[in-house]
Amino acid sequence: MALDPATIRDDFPIMCRQVHGRRLVYLDSAATSHKPRPVIDAVTDYYERFNSNVHRGSYQLAVEATEALEQARAKVAQFIGASQDSEIVFAKNATEAINLVARTWGRANLGPGDPVVITELEHHANIVPWHMLTAEQGIELRWIPIRSDGHLDLTDLDRLLDGARLLSVAAVSNVLGTINPIRQLADAAHEAGALMMVDASQYTPHLPTDVAEMGADFVAFTGHKMCGPTGIGVLWAKSELLEAMPPFLGGGEMILNVTKEGFSTAAVPWKFEAGTPPIAEAVGLGAAVDYLTGLGMEQVREHEVALTGYALRTLNQRYGDDIIIHGPTEPAERGGVLSFEYKGIHPHDVAQVLDRSAVCVRAGHHCAKPLMRVLGCSATSRASMYVYNDESDVDALADALADADAFFIE
Amino acid sequence: MPDLEDLYREIILDHYRNPRNRGELDSPPATRAEGFNPLCGDEVIVYVQLADGVIDDIKFGGQGCSISQASSSMMSAIVKGRTTEELHRLNRAFKSMMSIEPDPDDPAPVNGSGADIKLGDLEALKGVVKFPVRIKCATLSWHTLIQAVEEAQATA
Repeated sequence: MALDPATIRDDFPIMCRQVHGRRLVYLDSAATSHKPRPVIDAVTDYYERFNSNVHRGSYQLAVEATEALEQARAKVAQFIGASQDSEIVFAKNATEAINLVARTWGRANLGPGDPVVITELEHHANIVPWHMLTAEQGIELRWIPIRSDGHLDLTDLDRLLDGARLLSVAAVSNVLGTINPIRQLADAAHEAGALMMVDASQYTPHLPTDVAEMGADFVAFTGHKMCGPTGIGVLWAKSELLEAMPPFLGGGEMILNVTKEGFSTAAVPWKFEAGTPPIAEAVGLGAAVDYLTGLGMEQVREHEVALTGYALRTLNQRYGDDIIIHGPTEPAERGGVLSFEYKGIHPHDVAQVLDRSAVCVRAGHHCAKPLMRVLGCSATSRASMYVYNDESDVDALADALADADAFFIE
Repeated sequence: MPDLEDLYREIILDHYRNPRNRGELDSPPATRAEGFNPLCGDEVIVYVQLADGVIDDIKFGGQGCSISQASSSMMSAIVKGRTTEELHRLNRAFKSMMSIEPDPDDPAPVNGSGADIKLGDLEALKGVVKFPVRIKCATLSWHTLIQAVEEAQATA
């Protein structure tokens, strides 16, 4: 059954609020999604009923808190098709999850001249950790270029992967919306003897995720873009990789034993979760996973494809050559992220004018400056959609856009 | 919400559409400095030519929104021909108009509060204060100019 955004909006308390006296038109879910009532309730419920520290108390509350945390881990594992719960490492966000791989697997396995391959459409979170390893360990960073249609240019893939140790790619571009051929890339990486990491931050919230089907070795994503709280992200990795990787941060929780001479690490995944974890946030993420499962991820994706198609048609029909929408033109090949340029007006100014109509879009480089350079612009406006958006939101965007003319078009 | 008309005053849009002193100077002899707004990706490049403590020539380039471009244009127009001491007083007066506390490391002379300075066209940017996110757009070129002048003085 198709999603009904009007009903879904009732689940999201923030949708009741008005901005500048108008209905909120939230088109920035690629930055962060809103939170449905069950997620907010789960976090509140955790603090009100069983708040205590995990994995150390023997009293009832602590047992319940620990169970809640581990239950959330199990829900996430099931949601992405992990074969074991222990393959789910909780991190602060996707950025931390990627850094975890760079700092542990990368430090242990990469040396001078070892190639790591990324693409021109990556978010800074999947660029800067590798730049840091370039500076610290002399790895070689290689870039898969993009074509003008927003897809990766895989012409030279074999050459780029020659000798590579890791291929790390966003499953969906946070700027162009491009859905990358992850399975094909993973197979090519493995054939070349490299591991495959997927930045699924813009994928997991919107499409059914199956890490085995992706063929990945590492998958990173964040909770707050998929209806969950901020401060909770996930690294999934194959068990044997996690077992072999050195620990990330040192401290409580991640140890088996500590003496004056040294320490030994706890079992996976706790080895990578030093300190008190974000318990309430993990519980909230578990509730978010339940919520999305209830909607049905197939239906979530169908809704996105339909709404993206409507948005592309509406904006192109109405504005023709006055609007440039970057990325693939086929809704089936992209996520619901529309980066656009309107009549050469600077995106900051566009976003400012849209705000007057309570239309929330992001303006800027979207943490993808190398991609901006390839696109030949310093910034874009970006409208991104989710389960609570419908055609009326797209219409509101299209209407409000024309208001910019009064200020900027002579 | 504050009116957009407070932000996009006609004089600002005029500087945006017809920027003064947009371009480049050969550096050297001029000094070139780059400023970035990491939030939005705006970049401004300021070229400044000092002669005997006076801003003999100034040009700016880069990419940015109407506020950042207009602010650069207005700034270049008002500082040209001024002494660096006057520049610091103007900078202080402008930042004060933008509700930014004076920087304790500000090299401006102690007697230069800036209160007596006429900001001219720059006054039109006063409305930016009502849109706090945009203050950085307005001040980016000033930070960059101060940086360029300090570099020019350091290498003089």
